[in-house]
Amino acid sequence: MLDGIIIGGGVIGGMVARELTAYGAKVAIVEKAHDVAMGATRANSAIVHAGFDAKEGTLKARFNVRGSEMMRDVCRELGVKYKNNGSLVVGFSEEDRQTLAELKARGEKNGVKELSLLDREALLKIEPNVGDGVTCALRAGTGAIVCPYELCIAAIGNAMDNGAELFLGFEVTAIEEKNGVYTVTAKDGRTLEASFIVNCAGVYSDKIAAMAGDTSFSVIPRRGEYMLLDKAAGGVITHTVFRCPSKMGKGILVSPTVDGNLLLGPTAENIEDKTDVKTTAEGLAKVRLQANEQVKSIDFSKSITSFAGLRSVGSTGDFIINVPRARFVNAAGIESPGLSSAPAIAEYVRELLMGEGIALKKRTDFNPCRRPMHEFQMMTNDEKSALIEKDPTYAHVICRCETISEGEILAALRANPKPSDVDGVKRRTRSGMGRCQGGFCTPYIVELIAKELGIDETEVTKFGGASKMNVGYTKK
Amino acid sequence: MKERNLTCIVCPRGCALTVRFDGAGKITSVEGNACKRGVVYAEKECTHPERTVTSTVRTEGGAVVAVKTATTVPKEKVFAVMKEINAARAPRSVSIGDVIIENVAGTGVAVVATANI
Amino acid sequence: MKQIEKELVIIGGGPAGLAAAVAAYDKGLRDILILERDVALGGILRQCIHNGFGLHRFGEELTGPEYAARYEQQVKERGIPYMTETMVTELRADRTVVARSAAMGIFEIKAGAVILAMGCRERPKGALGIAGTRPAGIYTAGTAQKFVNMKGMMPGKEVVILGSGDIGLIMARRMTLEGARVKAVCELMPYSGGLARNIEQCLNDFDIPLLLSHTVIDIHGKERLEAVTIAKVDERRRPIPGTEQTIPCDTLLLSCGLIPENELTAQAGVPMDRITNGALVDGDRQTEIPGVFACGNVLHVHDLVDYVSEEAAIAGEAAVRFLRGESKKSILVSVKTDGKVRYTVPQILTEAKDTRLYFRVSDVFRGKKIVLKAGDRVLLEKKTVKLAPGEMETVTVKAEWLSELAEGEISISLSD
Repeated sequence: MLDGIIIGGGVIGGMVARELTAYGAKVAIVEKAHDVAMGATRANSAIVHAGFDAKEGTLKARFNVRGSEMMRDVCRELGVKYKNNGSLVVGFSEEDRQTLAELKARGEKNGVKELSLLDREALLKIEPNVGDGVTCALRAGTGAIVCPYELCIAAIGNAMDNGAELFLGFEVTAIEEKNGVYTVTAKDGRTLEASFIVNCAGVYSDKIAAMAGDTSFSVIPRRGEYMLLDKAAGGVITHTVFRCPSKMGKGILVSPTVDGNLLLGPTAENIEDKTDVKTTAEGLAKVRLQANEQVKSIDFSKSITSFAGLRSVGSTGDFIINVPRARFVNAAGIESPGLSSAPAIAEYVRELLMGEGIALKKRTDFNPCRRPMHEFQMMTNDEKSALIEKDPTYAHVICRCETISEGEILAALRANPKPSDVDGVKRRTRSGMGRCQGGFCTPYIVELIAKELGIDETEVTKFGGASKMNVGYTKK
Repeated sequence: MKERNLTCIVCPRGCALTVRFDGAGKITSVEGNACKRGVVYAEKECTHPERTVTSTVRTEGGAVVAVKTATTVPKEKVFAVMKEINAARAPRSVSIGDVIIENVAGTGVAVVATANI
Repeated sequence: MKQIEKELVIIGGGPAGLAAAVAAYDKGLRDILILERDVALGGILRQCIHNGFGLHRFGEELTGPEYAARYEQQVKERGIPYMTETMVTELRADRTVVARSAAMGIFEIKAGAVILAMGCRERPKGALGIAGTRPAGIYTAGTAQKFVNMKGMMPGKEVVILGSGDIGLIMARRMTLEGARVKAVCELMPYSGGLARNIEQCLNDFDIPLLLSHTVIDIHGKERLEAVTIAKVDERRRPIPGTEQTIPCDTLLLSCGLIPENELTAQAGVPMDRITNGALVDGDRQTEIPGVFACGNVLHVHDLVDYVSEEAAIAGEAAVRFLRGESKKSILVSVKTDGKVRYTVPQILTEAKDTRLYFRVSDVFRGKKIVLKAGDRVLLEKKTVKLAPGEMETVTVKAEWLSELAEGEISISLSD
């Protein structure tokens, strides 16, 4: 029997699984999608917030500041790209200037270091492309960027390398407890038993909690639309540029990504459907308009994709991390700053479980490190040549825009958690994420996936389910 | 007098042709063509239009190899030609020009390989 | 890291690279190396299995693979060295080329001259900003072409095509012949960017509607594409409310323009033309970095491969003259355009010799004159019946005009 079941394979579930595995628990992650990192983790702002935004005393403030401090080390262990690029909140008016001062004061109360207020002149020295209407800014030196799905995949992979299990396509439909043992049932009839459960089910975390009898909160999806620009447009700024919150709302951000692209967004729209990740013409127009006010000289002709993600907005206004019944922990309503908080939330969940009498003790044989997914890219030319000599598949470039070789794709297909679809390979290797968006490499990727999984090429999907890449053959 | 407008497909220039007919349906003039091939095309297109068909044939090795009809075939036979092409098998190794189907769909035209595999 | 030296390195073994290599060889150069990233020479022509290539160059109608094979044979007959599955990852202004292959690992080539022949890529969906979901079943026409023609796979059965570029038109016919139903081809502009003959034989032959001034405004389906919503657009290309219609389909193919693959070019610091998205070149197809030449679709997107070969031969021969120190750069004349003529290649003339200017126009024009001027002096007037953006035009600048040119620039424009 398992010690614990973690429901939800997002960044929270992943970090929790890693933490609990490090403390000797035998856990399984169950995820309803075809791959991990498919909910809010797949599409968000990829920001490690400094921690001045959340009100003092909230769980958001506490875990944001702690998580942000932990993030650099976590990323180093997991081989995940992390960049401490600093963040700016830019203001356009006297009123904004006051708001920024308040944010600074709040940040200091939260324990955020390296906060400073800048006037336009000082700002232009560090970011010459801020918008013409920008008059002031709050700079946070500890602000950083990270790739959320890379962090999630690495955390789950690392947990699995150390003994955790992963069940994909496992949509939980029932939770029962008998004699101190929880039974979790999936839609397809599979069941798992464990002594504790952690609910990290993102937008569905209210549904999962309800299955366990906790109906004290609800989670609504808040859709955010984003635009992503090519690396050629990425150099316009170095900081993450937020907009000063106002009566008009929080506004969007303009940020470089760890891979050098430029990310713009998100819009914020509360919706009903927890699967609705479509983009809208109005949403994308809004992103464009606001981005131009915050940062000028953005080359929109270099835009390579747009997408939308759903934040899990809990009904309490704060993260919902509690123990509604014995050995059942909620980690619900994890909206922004959820990514920044993830390592700290994992730590807290472990403490809550220990409080529930679960025996958890730091393992001495736990290996916290994982081979970086982009190891080959980080090598020197001589190291690359040496590897190519041993394994010539590293010479065979499949994705030309991002220069990703067959060897790297095969390595991704063989590393925990193993992908089985085109988007899964893309998130792990960046193949198809460049300026041609898979135009050239997709047929090769389909071939490699089919070969590695031992399935027919027509069975390969974009992201599981009915998302088949091809419907059949032209000839028998 | 009847008139028909065509786009010549003989070369990439794509001349806009105007074909005129007499009462008996006989072509009296072709205009808009930049070269003589346009007249030949117009006459053919108005009497018995023809097309080259290009597709692929599955090989014994499991891959597909590109093929074409060696010359044009009657336009109304295009899908009959495709049916035979779809059912055909090419050897594992094929060179450009190899005949894959000898007389496709009774047209008297061969289907030949257009790639080496 | 292994280092080698070569007189001429050609990046790309497609139609441009092969023709450049053959021309350089025939001009007497032997120390040539073609670098090709794919498993075989031929480039994108390998998947263009339709006919219609080679009328200018070979006087007969060939399919893409046949056209490529002709040049491949010429390369092999001459014994011109080439490496396949070799990817160039870096180009420096001093003509150092860094590449990667199984046999060589990461290696560096010091080249006397470099010809850029990397071709182009298709504009992806993301660049079009279409709203909606992101299901499976949305491909660029070229990706679908690869699946269908090279792998014998069917991307879908019920197809809508956005963009009427030639690959889109060709794929409308290919998908139809292979058993799919193509429901419509939508074109944002009021005219097609493809060749008239492709509209005739790829759409009209199969009664596929071409909807001009239409675009896709929404995409439906969570896992596999289920439908697209299209709408008519006004003269400013904005969707007109009330004209929306939703077409059920499982596949959307995009043929919305080609973009020269100039990442290496930009990396080397080669000055670019903002209109062509290719390098600025002179009549030799030499860029502003001495010894670095460009030809084919990496320089500007061509309508016909025959012109690619023609242009590549110019670059190949010129590279040899450069290596021998025979390039005579005496004058510098830049060619200005009026917007109706969007661009010319070359953009700069450095020798007083007859030079063909290749150009494209910005709209469909009927009954216009092409006018070539130096200052107010009219050098040439050429009447045209119809000019269209999808077709490349040419005009020849005479050596005698250039040798006595005081202005330092000539202009090309369209007038009534």
